[in-house]
Amino acid sequence: MASNPAYETVIGLEVHAQLLTQSKLFCGDSIAYGAAPNTHVSPVTLAHPGTLPKMNKKAVELAIRMGLACHCEIERHNYFARKNYFYPDLPKGYQVSQHTTPICKGGHITIRTEAGGERAVRLNRIHLEEDAGKSLHDVLDTDSCIDLNRAGTPLIEIVTEPDLRSAEEVSAYLTELRKLVRYLGVCDGNMEEGSLRCDVNISVRRQGDARLGTKVEIKNLNSIRNARRAVEAESRRLIELLENGQPVLQQTRSFDAATGTSFATREKEDADDYRYFADPDLTPFALEESFIDSIRASLPELQEQRVQRYMNQWNLPDYDARVITDDKSLADFYEEMVNAGALPKPAANWMLGPVKSWLNENDKEISDFPLSPAALAAVLKMVDTGALSFSAASTRLFTHLLQHPADDAAVAAQQLNLIQQSDADTLAPLIDEVLARYADKVTEYKKGKKGVLALFVGEVMKRSKGKADPRVTNELLLERLKS
Amino acid sequence: MEVTEAMIDKLSHLARLRFTADEKGQIRGDLERMIHFVEKLDELDLNGVEPLIFMTDEVNVLREDEVKGSVSRDEALRNAPAHTDTFFTVPKVIKK
Repeated sequence: MASNPAYETVIGLEVHAQLLTQSKLFCGDSIAYGAAPNTHVSPVTLAHPGTLPKMNKKAVELAIRMGLACHCEIERHNYFARKNYFYPDLPKGYQVSQHTTPICKGGHITIRTEAGGERAVRLNRIHLEEDAGKSLHDVLDTDSCIDLNRAGTPLIEIVTEPDLRSAEEVSAYLTELRKLVRYLGVCDGNMEEGSLRCDVNISVRRQGDARLGTKVEIKNLNSIRNARRAVEAESRRLIELLENGQPVLQQTRSFDAATGTSFATREKEDADDYRYFADPDLTPFALEESFIDSIRASLPELQEQRVQRYMNQWNLPDYDARVITDDKSLADFYEEMVNAGALPKPAANWMLGPVKSWLNENDKEISDFPLSPAALAAVLKMVDTGALSFSAASTRLFTHLLQHPADDAAVAAQQLNLIQQSDADTLAPLIDEVLARYADKVTEYKKGKKGVLALFVGEVMKRSKGKADPRVTNELLLERLKS
Repeated sequence: MEVTEAMIDKLSHLARLRFTADEKGQIRGDLERMIHFVEKLDELDLNGVEPLIFMTDEVNVLREDEVKGSVSRDEALRNAPAHTDTFFTVPKVIKK
């Protein structure tokens, strides 16, 4: 980005993360993605008169889990507030949200900077709220269509302080946040399906100015890439306005991914008036220390802890440990391989090499990988015992198994004729042949020119059509040449 | 507190209600009476009194995370003033 060094861009993010519950925040409708429209609805979701909401305990647990992992202070006395506004996909005419008592306050998320350092991005709050339904504007020419399946889905909104300064930092923060919710099992982090959505608050000011510039909000960015592009474009637009002496209007804008530009959707001339008040239909909830402690005790291991463990327990280099743990599912796969008997370092090499290449080439996630960790561990064990060379394993056997995932690795290696010959009786005739053919080199060897040994090994390999185990061949040759 | 014309306009906009001039006069009287009723509280010294938000002492009324209680789509759409076989319908809310 060709940024103007005279200006500083100040960014704060609001991320909505859909919680990994089975049912909605205040009633028992399923929240599964992709159901037929208006089939996950109950009288509570539809806001029928006389219905009463009842809060989902799991949603509270997940919000606290996130807060503890982000070093937040947990609010002991919570209640829900109504945020009142009219919109067709908001059946009650208000959204239930924790406006006054966010369940988590303060805290931070650590991001890795481009320079390789670390920086803490401060959080303002994390609060629980319910999602709205979905409006579809292109099904009918005359009307907008409403699907209320999503209405009432439990969300947490994670709000940062205005701590971010560039598109790169926004991208780093969102990457870290997505990793965190996945490690914690709080949210599936799937941005395409809208499980993680991002609003950007952005302003620019002259370097050194203490006061913040007028803020623009860009709503509903649905990928890390688009968030990054939107920040770049908006920062440029705002700096241009200031350079030309034009005022920045406080606006809500949308980002058009096709053109890479934003457009105003709402002027914020008079402040929104949501008339928040405590929802009398929901009882307040108080969090006991023992409840919070039990969640703290059950926090899963996060990336940084896994990196340390891989380095200490399995002697992996920092780089290997970090790349593998960047994706929790990949790390889980790796650990299962090691638990199934693969040696840690070779297993890491396989993850970073053949496995990641396959995922990248096919644009797949590890959950789509055809082989089980145990099946891949079996291949590694054959390499480890010398039954297979690494190259035969990683090219021919690996390729074969990816196409025939049900095949047994050992049987397939036999059928493909890949098993290395390490049996002295099989190799002896070949060695005899080579030594007889290169009698002059044998003489040279015996006079002290030890380097010719590589030639003998190579020749035996050639005569075995690449199947001789080089280590065993080497040993047998040394033995023979002693006499 | 005096209820002004501007206040009534703002409140009716927020509530998506429309009043005739006559009705506005009535509403104004009603609102003033309501506010006057609540202003009675000003006669008391309420320093140090926590606001009463909930009329019940119940706390932590939580449910387990279980899927149940949904109705069929036909039932859901039955009371809607406008719908297709699949969706609730409303006048277009986005100008394109």
